Amino acid sequence: MELQRLAFSFFNGEVASRYWLDIVHGMWVTTYLAAAVIATGLGLGLALAMVRSFQFRPVNVLIVIFADAFRALPALVVIIVLFFAFPYVDLAMSAFTATWLALSLVLAAFAEEIFWAGILSVPKGQTEAARSTGMSRLQTLTYVILPQAVRLTIPPLTNRMIAITKGTALGSVVAVHEIIYYASSGASEAGNPTPLTLGALAYLVLFLPVVMASRWIETRFAWKR
Amino acid sequence: MDQILQVFFNAAIFERAWPFLARGIGMTVLLSLVIVPIGLASGLAVAMLYHLHHRWLNRLLMAYVDFFRAFPPLVLLLFIYGGLPFLGIDLPLFGTVALAFLLNTSSYYGEIFRAGLESVPAGQAEAARSTGLSRGQTMLWVILPQATRNVLPDLISNTLEVIKLTTLASVIGFTELLNNARNAQALTYNATPVVAAALIYLIMLWPLVRLVSRLEHKSIMVR
Repeated sequence: MELQRLAFSFFNGEVASRYWLDIVHGMWVTTYLAAAVIATGLGLGLALAMVRSFQFRPVNVLIVIFADAFRALPALVVIIVLFFAFPYVDLAMSAFTATWLALSLVLAAFAEEIFWAGILSVPKGQTEAARSTGMSRLQTLTYVILPQAVRLTIPPLTNRMIAITKGTALGSVVAVHEIIYYASSGASEAGNPTPLTLGALAYLVLFLPVVMASRWIETRFAWKR
Repeated sequence: MDQILQVFFNAAIFERAWPFLARGIGMTVLLSLVIVPIGLASGLAVAMLYHLHHRWLNRLLMAYVDFFRAFPPLVLLLFIYGGLPFLGIDLPLFGTVALAFLLNTSSYYGEIFRAGLESVPAGQAEAARSTGLSRGQTMLWVILPQATRNVLPDLISNTLEVIKLTTLASVIGFTELLNNARNAQALTYNATPVVAAALIYLIMLWPLVRLVSRLEHKSIMVR
């Protein structure tokens, strides 16, 4: 009897059949948003780390302030400031844009620190040798330093990317139509938590492979001592 | 410029909102003080059980850790918040929030401690045991101190994430800082409370960010 009630609440076939299409649509939006965030976040982070390696002091101070601020600020706070506070100064943006921008900035801050740490880990002699062969500073960075730096950055970057991808769920707070938005609005509409179960399953389908892959990546690219 | 000051940094509004914000800070701190120590303890427990190297137990622990790492914490929170009443369990809001975040953070702390325990060479345990220390003593006095030191940057960095995590509780109306700031914003129709909350988070967490940065750079230099 208890079990039957449980099944009726959490695994209700009738409710599930009404909402599963919404959830699938949500999965698409989640994936799309995550891909956009990773592309801009990593790109910006790498660009900032490269600029920082040119050691131009005033610029470096700004980069460090940016990286510190967006590592300290909770992502949800950034989303809410962008979405709810900026319209007051006529800078309204869509919920999707606000979430994308906020998560990209947060990822960029972490990525910049990780890339920078990677660049620092390459011995100075490498730069000196490359420069003395006549390479420009940019050439040295792209052809000599970065390829060596990237290896060290892969495990922490993977973790960050997973974390920020899970952050797409925060978009539901400003009504981005991703998985959790459909799951919780469906649950309250149906008066039954089955859509939440579907949503949870959707996240497992998307993320369990990624989490397991990250375990493999961690051992594959582990720093050899 | 004047308009920006009016809606983002309005002193009069800030004065009115401050009592709310202050109470929110209190709740954020309280929630963090509950979650971080219990999360650390249960994470350590998970890692120590894993360290027993019992085959089936390890598979179970790995499944537990991966399962809760795959769930976005917000999903976990909403699932528990929306699902528990249907199980006939009536948890207060604080309990719901704490339960959801503990399931999440204990698996992260567990992974970190596991990496720490594995980073201590086996010779350390063998040497300690051969001097007559019991297994418990070996763990407590020899392995754990070294393991913790090795993963200290990760532990602190995760703690930072946990404190930032508390903002999610605002989604289900738990009266922490972000929740109160949003309510104040809606009441005053002015962005100052939310901007103030952002600045408060920045002030509270910046020292932690600096600390993490320094520890991480130090560990790179040691290599």
